[in-house]
Amino acid sequence: MGVIENVSRWILGREAPEEELEREHLERLQPKDQLMPTWEEGEEGGKMVLSMGPQHPSTHGVLRLELEMEGERVLKITPDVGYLHTGIEKTFETLRYDQGTALTPRIDYLSPMNNTWCFIMAVEKLLEITPPPRAEYVRVILGELTRINSHLVWLATHALDIGAMSVFLYCFREREMILDIYEMVSGARMMDSYYRAGGLAWDIPPGFIEAVQAILDILPARIDEYESLLTRNPIWMERTQNVGAISAEKALALSATGPALRATGVPWDLRKTMPYSVYEAFDFEIPVGSRGDVYDRYLVRMEEMRQSLRIIEQGIRVIPRGPFRIDNHKIAPPPKEEIYLSMEALIHHFKLWTEGFRVPPGEAYAAIESPRGELGFYVVSDGSAKPCRVHVRGPSFINLQLIGPMSEGGLVADLVAVIASLDPVLGEVDR
Amino acid sequence: MAETAGNRYEEPTSEVAAASAVADQPDPTTLDKLTTHFGKKVLGTSTRLGEATAIVDAKALVEVMTWLRDEGKFVLLSDLTAHDCHGQEPRFWVIYQLTNIETPERLRIKVGLPEKKPSVESMVPLWPGANFLEREVYDLMGIEFKNHPNLTRIMMPTEWEGHPLRKDYPVVYEPVQFTHNAAEIRARKPLAEK
Repeated sequence: MGVIENVSRWILGREAPEEELEREHLERLQPKDQLMPTWEEGEEGGKMVLSMGPQHPSTHGVLRLELEMEGERVLKITPDVGYLHTGIEKTFETLRYDQGTALTPRIDYLSPMNNTWCFIMAVEKLLEITPPPRAEYVRVILGELTRINSHLVWLATHALDIGAMSVFLYCFREREMILDIYEMVSGARMMDSYYRAGGLAWDIPPGFIEAVQAILDILPARIDEYESLLTRNPIWMERTQNVGAISAEKALALSATGPALRATGVPWDLRKTMPYSVYEAFDFEIPVGSRGDVYDRYLVRMEEMRQSLRIIEQGIRVIPRGPFRIDNHKIAPPPKEEIYLSMEALIHHFKLWTEGFRVPPGEAYAAIESPRGELGFYVVSDGSAKPCRVHVRGPSFINLQLIGPMSEGGLVADLVAVIASLDPVLGEVDR
Repeated sequence: MAETAGNRYEEPTSEVAAASAVADQPDPTTLDKLTTHFGKKVLGTSTRLGEATAIVDAKALVEVMTWLRDEGKFVLLSDLTAHDCHGQEPRFWVIYQLTNIETPERLRIKVGLPEKKPSVESMVPLWPGANFLEREVYDLMGIEFKNHPNLTRIMMPTEWEGHPLRKDYPVVYEPVQFTHNAAEIRARKPLAEK
């Protein structure tokens, strides 16, 4: 190991042009004649086809990429998905609407509440019902906690992929607190099914607001801590800046949404641009990037966590009192106490859990801003208690098309950073 | 909420209600513009639950979509999927969700396809993002997209037969076997033998 003279030049200064620094660095590592990686001329003209995944740790699940490489450079990327295809859309057709909420958290298992929310929104649209305000506020608070939860896993794995182990541990420490809240409200740490058509499964438990407040007290300082580890870290900057850049036009043409699109400078966030639920009542901002590279996507997501905290802070102060689900017992079950006293309530309870509720014929598309982009549910009803067709517009699946344009021509090591910055969840890609 | 406002046919009672209905609904003039511009190529339009929908003749799809993207400013193809109405004609519907990110508004375009050899023009030349979505529809619903650069299965294995999301494709269920007797298992699991 050589000694680096003038450390400050390495950390802060860009006095020397980047190429010069890089060459110096490489010269120290290798003799001059071995600078460029060489490959023997084969039948393919020096190209090598490498299969990355499906068990590669940095592909975040069972994603397989077929890389056509020339030395360290990636010439062409062909994503191969489907290893986790479980036929969720087909299964939806065999389950009733109320049973469908058990499937939705399994689509994108890192933001389970958001999936259920979106499915429920499409069903509520078809039923033409509006949940009571208390349910809407709790949905927003938990939805934003889910965003932070998902972004924490993203940050943990992104940093780990680039070699920062400690961030991984810190992020999972904070994620525990959010999972505890999941457990508190729904009884499950991941597959919650807490949102139901017409409101929530049950009311928020006592101590919920205090538990959320505890997160609000701790997390801002912790996010600053992650940033102090990464944002101005020269290694992190070197690995992410100007890596995997994409233009706004290209991203839009490829149907990109979420942080991948916002990092290119397009302020497209459904919470602001097409507000759903009660987001109009909240004051928050949408961070956008400018260059559309890995570093911008990192900054956008970090700021999104802070904005989510702002929303939660406003939310817990004003959770309205009142019912947590609608009073229509054809859709939402009657309270348990009523069942013992009222014959109608008992009949409704029995009919609802044996036959489910019928949804008027029609089609509806509901979309929310999930941590990865626009999550959409297209639901077609034929008037029965089971959906005729459910289609999930998975943002991970569509954003995966960006991998090619982002990292073709780059180094294979940068591809790892690009995959992590797109934050694909393979459960949502394959469904 | 948008859905209740969109389905209200009577006159909104107050100015506030009218303003919210206009803000929540996709601009109704887009559908009007579409019908005046393309005439009979647009087979029908509707606005239900606050969602604007236009049914387009499959032969004129590229023309209509190009116009929508360039003139209508629907730069984002949000979603592309298909729906199987088994036993009806047209049997298959291909559904496009377009988004105009400036106004912002949404528009749904539907194309009906026959049961025999359903095929429609690919949208990849207009929106490269349609690539994966069309492959998914081809794989699971068996609809062919003409001029698609790489129309292969994406979810199912390449040698798979049939298209699982079609209504006449059964959901196969095999009971759990509580036995170690191979002959017994084979007798009960004919599918495993294939």
